[in-house]
Amino acid sequence: MNINRFSWFNITSLTLGFAFLYIPILLLIVFSFNKSKLVTVWGGFSTKWYSSLFQNEAFMDAALMTLKVGVVSATFATILGTLAALVITRAGFFRGRTLFAGMIYAPLVMPEVITGLSLLLLFVAIGWDRGFWTITVAHITFSMCYVAVVVSSRLVTFDESLEEAALDLGCTKFSAFFQVTLPIIAPSIAAAWLLAFTLSLDDLVIASFASGPGATTLPMKIYSQVRLGLKPEINALSTILIVIVSIGVITASIVTKRATMKKRFYEQQANAQTALHRCSNSIFKRYYNNCPKGGT
Amino acid sequence: MNAPKPAEPASDFAPWLDPAQAPLIRFENVTKKYGDFTAIDNLTLDIYEREFYSLLGPSGCGKTTLMRLLAGFEVPTKGRILISGEDISAIPPNKRPINMMFQSYALFPHMSVAQNIAFGLKQEGKSKREINARVDEMLSLVQLEPFANRKPQQLSGGQRQRVALARSLAKKPKLLLLDEPLGALDKKLREQTQFELVNLQEKLGMTFVIVTHDQEEAMTVSSRIAVMDLGKVKQVATPDIIYEQPNSRYVADFIGDVNFIEGAYIKQSISESDTKLQHFQSSSHGELVAQGEIELSADEKAWLALRPEKIEISKEKPGFTNNCIKGKVWDIAYVGNTSTYHVQLSDGTFIKAQRVNRNRLRKRRITWEDDVWLSWHSDAPVILTK
Repeated sequence: MNINRFSWFNITSLTLGFAFLYIPILLLIVFSFNKSKLVTVWGGFSTKWYSSLFQNEAFMDAALMTLKVGVVSATFATILGTLAALVITRAGFFRGRTLFAGMIYAPLVMPEVITGLSLLLLFVAIGWDRGFWTITVAHITFSMCYVAVVVSSRLVTFDESLEEAALDLGCTKFSAFFQVTLPIIAPSIAAAWLLAFTLSLDDLVIASFASGPGATTLPMKIYSQVRLGLKPEINALSTILIVIVSIGVITASIVTKRATMKKRFYEQQANAQTALHRCSNSIFKRYYNNCPKGGT
Repeated sequence: MNAPKPAEPASDFAPWLDPAQAPLIRFENVTKKYGDFTAIDNLTLDIYEREFYSLLGPSGCGKTTLMRLLAGFEVPTKGRILISGEDISAIPPNKRPINMMFQSYALFPHMSVAQNIAFGLKQEGKSKREINARVDEMLSLVQLEPFANRKPQQLSGGQRQRVALARSLAKKPKLLLLDEPLGALDKKLREQTQFELVNLQEKLGMTFVIVTHDQEEAMTVSSRIAVMDLGKVKQVATPDIIYEQPNSRYVADFIGDVNFIEGAYIKQSISESDTKLQHFQSSSHGELVAQGEIELSADEKAWLALRPEKIEISKEKPGFTNNCIKGKVWDIAYVGNTSTYHVQLSDGTFIKAQRVNRNRLRKRRITWEDDVWLSWHSDAPVILTK
C-alpha cells in the first residue's frame, strides 16, 4: 500500500504542531529586538535591551548565582549519585536493598513543593541562614537521584569482569575503579552532571523555598520581574538562555552522532579483519601475506 | 584403539605419578558455599607445574567457582588452597602470581592493544623501557604488531582473543587461568586456536588451567582432565583414560557417546592367553565378557559401558560367540564421515553403533529395518558400578 506521506492532512497537522511549539518562542526572540518599550507592539529593530540587560546588576548577579549553584550542586550531586548508583548495582542482595533503592528514587516522583517545603523546615529547624548554600544543598538533594538513575543504567550493562581483570593484573580495588571503571563510565557521568546542572538552572520552586534574602537565582529573578509587569529585558534574557540551551543540545547531538559513526567504522574494520582472518591458514600467521587478492 | 592401560598415560610427561613431585597448586578439602548452595563440595586436587589442566563439566558444576577461587575473586568457606606449598586463601587477587584470561576477554575498551598488554606491567611499577620491551615481545608472540595502536573494538573476535591472551601472559604468571577461552570463536578458528594454545603452553613452559564445557576441546589440549559434577570432582585423568577407562557412568556419558547395558557381575576367569576376563550377566542379553581388572563381588549390580565406535555391526552372525547381540536397525544418523546406527534390541532398548563411511553412501549394505548383529571385542567394554 502506498501511503502519501505528503498528503494535505499530514502537512497541515505538521505545520500546526510545530507552530504550537515554536511560535511563542519565535515571538519572544523577535520581540527581544523590539525598539518599543511596549512588549507587544513592534516599534522597529534594536539591540538596546541586550545592552541594558548587561548593565542591570540585579540580573547579572542572579545569573552568576545560578551558575555557581548549578556548578557546585551538579558536581556534588554527581559524586553522591554515582556512589549511590555503585551501591545499588554492585552491592548484590542485602537486607533492605529494595527499600534503599526506592528511597534514592523517591525524590523523582516527589512533588517539588513538598521537597522544597520539607527542606525549608529542616533549614529553619537547624537554624541555618538561608542563602547560596541552602539552595545548593537543596539542589544536590533532588538532582542526586537523577544522577543515580543515569549512572546506574550504565553500570547495569558494565561488564564486571573488566574490574576483575584489573584486580587480576595487580590493581587494588581503589585503583581499578579509577583506572578502569571511571574512564569507561565517564560519558554517562558527564551526561548526569549536565542533567543535574540543567535541573539546577531550571529550578524555581525548590530554590524559592530554600533561598534567603541575599540569594536570588535567575528563574526566581525572572519570575518576580514578570509579576511586576513584562519588561523587554526579560525577552532579551530569555533569548540568550534559548541560544545557550540550543548550542548545548546541538553540540551534544553532534558528539553522539560522531561517536556512533566512529563505532560503526570500528565495527566495519573489525569485520574486514574477520574476513581476512578466514582466508589465512593459521591464526598465528600474518594476515595480509596469506590473502589472495580481492579478499575472500 | 589400543587396549586401555591405566598405568601408562599417552605422553612421558606425568608428574602426578611421581610421588617425589610437589604439586604447584593444591586444593585441600575446599568447600565454597553461597548461602545454602554448595558450589564446591569438600574438594581436593593437585595441579603440577607445566600441566595443561582442564576443568570440565556442565554449567553449574562448580568449575568456574573453582577457577575464581584460584584467581582470588572468591574465598573458600572451608579448606585451603596452596600454591608451591604456601597458603594463598587469604591473599587478594592483585597479589597472586596468577593471571586469568576472561571468557568475555575483558579488554579495556578505553585503551589500545599495547596499553592493554602493558596494564599489568604498569601496576608493577616497571620502567617504561622494560614495559615497552615486554609489550613488543608479547605482540610478536601473538602476531599482532600491526595492531598495537588499535582499540579492542577495531579488532575481530580472534584478534581480541589473542590480545586477552597476551595481556594475561605479560606478567609471566606462575599459573594462567583460561575461562572458556575459545567459547566466542567459530568452530574452525576454535580448532586452530586449540593447537596454538598447546604449542604456546609448551613453548613457554607454563602451567595452564582451562575451564571448558566443550569435551572435544578438553580432550585436545589437556594433559589431564578433571570431570566435575555438582561441586565434586568425578575423575581426574589423562584424556585417554577418561575416555577409555571412565570410573562412573557420569564420566562415561559426559565424554563422548556411550551405551550402557544393565546387569550384574558374575565372576572372573583367566583366558588361555593369560588375560583376566570379567563375566557379566546382562538383564536381557545373556552373558557378556569384558577384559580388565575389577574388584567386585558376585551378583553386584553393574553396567557395561560400550563406546559406539567399538561395536561392529554386521548382517551375518560373527564367528565368535562372546559379546554378540541381535537387533534391528531403527534409525541411521549420517554425518558424512561416520554413520551411527540406532539398533533396537529384543527388550526394546537401543544401542548405538558407529561406522566410518569408508565407502560411498550408495554402497551401504545395512539399511533401515535390517536384522543385524552387534558384536565387540572383550577388550572394548568397561564394567561400571556407579
